[in-house]
Amino acid sequence: MSNTNLKEYWKENLKYLLYLLSVWFVVSYGCGILFVEELNAIRIGGFKLGFWFAQQGAIYVFVVLIYVYIRLMSKLDKKYGVDE
Amino acid sequence: MSAQVWIWILVGLTFSLYIGIAVWARAGSTKEFYVAGGGVSPLANGLATAADWMSAASFISMAGLISFSGYDGSVYLMGWTGGYVLLALLLAPYLRKFGKFTVPDFIGDRYYSDVARTVAVFCALIISFTYIAGQMRGVGLVFSRYLEVDINTGVVIGMLIVLFYAVLGGMKGITYTQVAQYCVLIFAFMVPAIFISFQMTGNLIPQLGFGGQTSDGMYLLDKLDGLHKELGFHLYTDGSKSTMDVFFITAALMVGTAGLPHVIVRFFTVNKVSDARKSAGWALLFIAILYTTAPAIAVFSRTNLIETVSNKKYDNLPEWFHTWEVTGLIQFEDKNADGHVQYVADAEVNELTVDKDIMVLANPEIAGLPNWVIGLIAAGALAAALSTAAGLLLVISASVSHDLIKKMIKPDISEKGELMAARLSSLVAVMLAGYFGINPPGFVAATVALAFGLAAASFFPAIVLGIFYKRMNKEGAVAGMIVGVLLMLFYMTKFKFGWFGGGAQEEWWFGISPEGFGTFAMLVNFVISIVISKFSPAPPQEVQEIVENIRIPSGAGAAQEH
Repeated sequence: MSNTNLKEYWKENLKYLLYLLSVWFVVSYGCGILFVEELNAIRIGGFKLGFWFAQQGAIYVFVVLIYVYIRLMSKLDKKYGVDE
Repeated sequence: MSAQVWIWILVGLTFSLYIGIAVWARAGSTKEFYVAGGGVSPLANGLATAADWMSAASFISMAGLISFSGYDGSVYLMGWTGGYVLLALLLAPYLRKFGKFTVPDFIGDRYYSDVARTVAVFCALIISFTYIAGQMRGVGLVFSRYLEVDINTGVVIGMLIVLFYAVLGGMKGITYTQVAQYCVLIFAFMVPAIFISFQMTGNLIPQLGFGGQTSDGMYLLDKLDGLHKELGFHLYTDGSKSTMDVFFITAALMVGTAGLPHVIVRFFTVNKVSDARKSAGWALLFIAILYTTAPAIAVFSRTNLIETVSNKKYDNLPEWFHTWEVTGLIQFEDKNADGHVQYVADAEVNELTVDKDIMVLANPEIAGLPNWVIGLIAAGALAAALSTAAGLLLVISASVSHDLIKKMIKPDISEKGELMAARLSSLVAVMLAGYFGINPPGFVAATVALAFGLAAASFFPAIVLGIFYKRMNKEGAVAGMIVGVLLMLFYMTKFKFGWFGGGAQEEWWFGISPEGFGTFAMLVNFVISIVISKFSPAPPQEVQEIVENIRIPSGAGAAQEH
């Protein structure tokens, strides 16, 4: 793989990481901690929303994030011919 | 059949299964011993990682801990799952591509320095030893509570079992027993949860029942908040910790999780980079099943407990109350001698003390479930403790035989000699762990938190910078790790054990508790590493090539010596 290609591949990878980690930060530290009180004013069934994020929602999003990452990266690997 | 008979049957069956697997999966080479030969499938590795990760504390204590702390318990739920996102995105694929056996291997090679390697070995050993002592204690506790043997006998039985399959099978044996152990522990955790969710809310899925309505039409969480208010506790769905502290503790647990060597090393066992990503996905999925159920159990059992005992006549309490009173996990002192149980927030008036472990251990009895469920809980708790202990043991033995003996003391050691050294060091490690299990140092609980703080303050920045910052050099990394670890040790010993003049809560730096201080120490490590590396020479060309190489997934090959 040529050097410019490697740089492109790495740049796209870093862009994905930035997006995914932003979501990771928002659902846990944002919804579950910093804005928990504001969100608790909203209710979904028996749950206050902020509390739900802290004890359920953030964890579901974490799982989804890893699967999205797996998909994105396997596409990216194919695009640059670095898959196995 | 009585509960006792069921316990013996289920514990006996699961133990013979683990031993059977160990005999089948004996390790014949160092590669099999350290990384299970490197050909574990992503699904099997995900299952094994989940069992490796979920310890006696996750299985027995976490639901109870949340039950007594309500919203504040979220730090464990988010902290111990969110770390897997960091692991999957920032560490696992690259470390797999690097393709060595241990974490100190990476640190030592990436920072082209035996000092860095030694610091890493030292950190790996402290982290793993503090953690494993707690696991052996957990094994002993489960044995003594369920099988009515002495706690020390329990520790010894646990030692023998772990010894057998860890020493014989190495990583290969551990991997496949962990797969079996995950199945046992998750089944044991879910069965009572589903039963109780159905009993209380009519919903078979605990994650939904938790937000459901009870038979009187009230939402369960509202009802529990109401009970808490009535008895003077803070609202269950609100916290009592400061936002700042919750933030820092969650971050320390997340980053610590991603930096724990016994978790990282599991990603060395798969075939290629894409498999490392996939196994992180499987692992978190399997972990999430338990971690989203635990807060539901916490709410069910908290409500159950308050409704069963609060202001009830002591003599009319159900039988389980008295059974667990014998073990000392529930204590009742009739302060106002009215024959009723007053369970309130005010310590002067409160008459009931409940150990957090009871929330999972006594659940089947509280909910009136059949005897076999009790046997299942015992088998599940043992699976959780043994699987984690075995994973830690492997890190300890690999640190000694591979990182110390092979890489530093005696590089010309033969394959056979190294394998023997690995087995001997795991033997010694089990003995030591057993010793600490039998004579637990008073600070075990504090040191488990310390393990996360240390992992966050030492490994995480060194590994992440090693991958994402090509210019990072040994001067920066070594200084960062040393300062990070010393700062963490200083803060922890000062505020937990009262060294260096001790200190009260008011004196915490920026209001951060020792549990959350790992985040601060990690930030300091990052800053020091980067600043020092700016002012010292760039790493040699071949090291920069290693960094370029680990960033591309293809051509990983199997994990190997060189």
